Amino acid sequence: MTDAHSGAFGRRSLLVGAAAAPVLMTLDQARAQGVTPRRGGTLTTMLTPEPPVLVLGVNNQGPTLVSASKIYQGLLRFSTKLEPLPELARSWAVSDDRRTYTLELQPNVKWHDGRPFTAEDVRFSIMEFHMQLAPRARGVFQRIADVKINGEHNISFTLNAPFEPFLLMFDVTNCAIVPAHIYKGTDFRNNPANARPIGTGPFQFVEWQRGNFVRLRRFDGYWKPGQPYLDEIIYRIIPDSQSRRLALQTGQVQLSQANDIEPFDIPQFETMPNFQVVKAGWEMFAPLSWIEVNQRLDVLKDARFRRAMAHAIDRTFIAQRLWFNTARPATSPIASGTRYHDPNARLPEFNPRAAIELLDAMGLRPNPQGIRHSVKLLSLPYGEVWMRLSEYLRQALRQVGIEVTLETTDAGGWVRRLANWEYELTVNFVYQYGDPSLGVARTYISSNIQKIPFTNTSGYSNPEVDRLFDAAQTEPEPAKRAELFKQVQAKLIADMPLIWLIELLFPTVHDRRLRNVIQLGTGVHACFDDVFFAA
Amino acid sequence: MGAGRLLRFLARRLVKAAIVVLAIVVFQFVLIRLAPGDPASVIAGQSGAADAEFMAQLRAQFGLDRPLHEQLWIYVKGVLTLDLGFSHRQQAPVAALIWERLPATLLLTGVAFLFAISAGVALGVAAARRVGRPTDSLITVVALTFYATPIFWVGLLLVLVFSVWLEWLPSFGMYSVGADLTGFAHAFDVGRHLILPSITLGLFFLAIYARLARASMLEVADQDFVRTAHAKGVPEGRIIRAHVLRNALLPVITFAGIQAGQLVGGSILVETVFAWPGIGRLAFDALLQRDYAVLLGVFFCTAVMVVLFNLITDLLYAVIDPRVEVA
Repeated sequence: MTDAHSGAFGRRSLLVGAAAAPVLMTLDQARAQGVTPRRGGTLTTMLTPEPPVLVLGVNNQGPTLVSASKIYQGLLRFSTKLEPLPELARSWAVSDDRRTYTLELQPNVKWHDGRPFTAEDVRFSIMEFHMQLAPRARGVFQRIADVKINGEHNISFTLNAPFEPFLLMFDVTNCAIVPAHIYKGTDFRNNPANARPIGTGPFQFVEWQRGNFVRLRRFDGYWKPGQPYLDEIIYRIIPDSQSRRLALQTGQVQLSQANDIEPFDIPQFETMPNFQVVKAGWEMFAPLSWIEVNQRLDVLKDARFRRAMAHAIDRTFIAQRLWFNTARPATSPIASGTRYHDPNARLPEFNPRAAIELLDAMGLRPNPQGIRHSVKLLSLPYGEVWMRLSEYLRQALRQVGIEVTLETTDAGGWVRRLANWEYELTVNFVYQYGDPSLGVARTYISSNIQKIPFTNTSGYSNPEVDRLFDAAQTEPEPAKRAELFKQVQAKLIADMPLIWLIELLFPTVHDRRLRNVIQLGTGVHACFDDVFFAA
Repeated sequence: MGAGRLLRFLARRLVKAAIVVLAIVVFQFVLIRLAPGDPASVIAGQSGAADAEFMAQLRAQFGLDRPLHEQLWIYVKGVLTLDLGFSHRQQAPVAALIWERLPATLLLTGVAFLFAISAGVALGVAAARRVGRPTDSLITVVALTFYATPIFWVGLLLVLVFSVWLEWLPSFGMYSVGADLTGFAHAFDVGRHLILPSITLGLFFLAIYARLARASMLEVADQDFVRTAHAKGVPEGRIIRAHVLRNALLPVITFAGIQAGQLVGGSILVETVFAWPGIGRLAFDALLQRDYAVLLGVFFCTAVMVVLFNLITDLLYAVIDPRVEVA
């Protein structure tokens, strides 16, 4: 990509990427470390919680994405700067009107059952499989007005209007390419083939003992000669976080991902010489955590009250003392790894005095106990650290006279209450999927106020914000999009519809002998065809 | 007792048991639905994205779009034909899921049960014979300690000592995945993995049996027939075995019967700490995921086990104490 604007896709009909590029890059990197890739070895790692099925699209939960991304592949991969790299598509071109995307596919790719991979598999995966199953993919692929198959290994998509982040949807985590010969014309969710996934990836499914392990083996017919290097990948199901820590520490597993290891256990691994702790690799998702505020309620719908809450909370303390530097303080509604993040955006600074002034100005006077207002906070039931966050928030808000009562429930109950708007405050974290139009707008635009989780459940509505997000969505010019998103960030920070807290980094901990683990903006969701154990 | 009388007893008890199990099934069905959230909302939450069509698709797939009484009727009809239903979340029949996980739990809890009852009774007897002396105090203190310590903490401590420091035993799992061991080597491998979880689970119950056996032994030892045996010059060992212990065992058996009924469901914590692929965790995960079919299936299994072991316990009373008759 040669575009001057960083993080934006190329303009004009640039034919980009060459089939051998990723392989060479990997070898170069390996040689730079003085190690040539070595064949052999079994990588034992973990998966929490256990996925229900291993077919991407049928299920898109975190652990499914982590493990099934070794079985299936996407058309493209994305660097830590979210630039596209070739995978099943070896090159791609965008037409001058930015509506037609033409992709040249890798030849000689085989499915794990030996059948050849063709453009029809790509058409089917996008237009039928994910269109029917996956809500996010549906939202974007509905913009496709026309698909043309130009021979076995060439396909083009024409959009009804320009959509600049379109290519991001071709990552395996958004749109895994699935075999048309197995799924076409079937009930996708209930297809018996879901028990034994068939992909094009470097590892094929061997065995899954529920509650115990998932076992993948090297696919000998993989399209990159000589790869993958590992013989097997075994995902062990270890439900308890302390047991996971001990399993990693004793070498029984060699890799942890996402939130396998509790933040408070990470510093210990950082001091051990045989482990590497990597904090990159989640740029595509850029999980941003916030306090969600139900704006249908009195007091909470007043932006001054929300601003006061933001002033009362020390985001740096949360990142350093609760997350032990496995999180960064948030600085904007668009996370710093996401495209079009405004580096000059500033959230209200930690200043309890300013909070008190705002509350005074609202006429919320303290009662004899020093309480100005009482709210309920529904804790996020995703583990120990989120409980600690709730307790910190209760304390911090009490300092400025806001009394917080904590409410607890389990994951199922939490989602239900969030979706039904049955909360006052709750904590949430949401993926941004690389581009504000894909993962940020949904939280704030008023057309997305729905009784469904991860929509605009807080009920925030600002016509100007709607207009800006709308304009940015179809604006083809990256520079103009950047300007629109800059304005959105300023507007959102002025309104404080949510109290943004931290960006989660989800550190990956791995055995030092394991090489090439984190190279992409999707980190542990890479297909691992270049991962190997150094001697 | 006559064979005919025993058969009549068994038939009557089995009919009662079937009614109890059926009532439990219906009750559980209703109880589960009182928990907030449903499988579709859990999946939407875990996927981090959803729209109305997605939710409707999932609810239709799970059969949740039908009225509740219809769902209940379908389920009860299934149970009556021993069909426990289908887990749409896991894309597998519930019976297969349970069957896959049951052996692991039975092995773990069975070994822990035998360890607890044999070691517990032995310690209880030893303590009773040296009542008031240092041995007695030591056993009582140790038993109380294990009884009072949280089970997951004991587990983690054992892992720390035997896996992390001494590196003798694996810290989790049921066998070495990827080693592809067979026959004796496989059994040995499972045995190594079994030691820590079964001791952890057993220690808690061991404490109960030790205390129960000790108290019961002391009570029986004071009775007239024991004094008579002493007066007759019966050897001490034989008095303990034949006179005291046999009579002191009744409360132990009562408790063992209760515990045996919990063999299927009582090991969730240990299964979690040691990543043991058993049925307790299947149930716990199903609860978090609102996988109703699996949860009801596990409840059904545990209910059957409890009823069955109650029956066996009642029969055992008659064997151990001739004064007790089945009726």
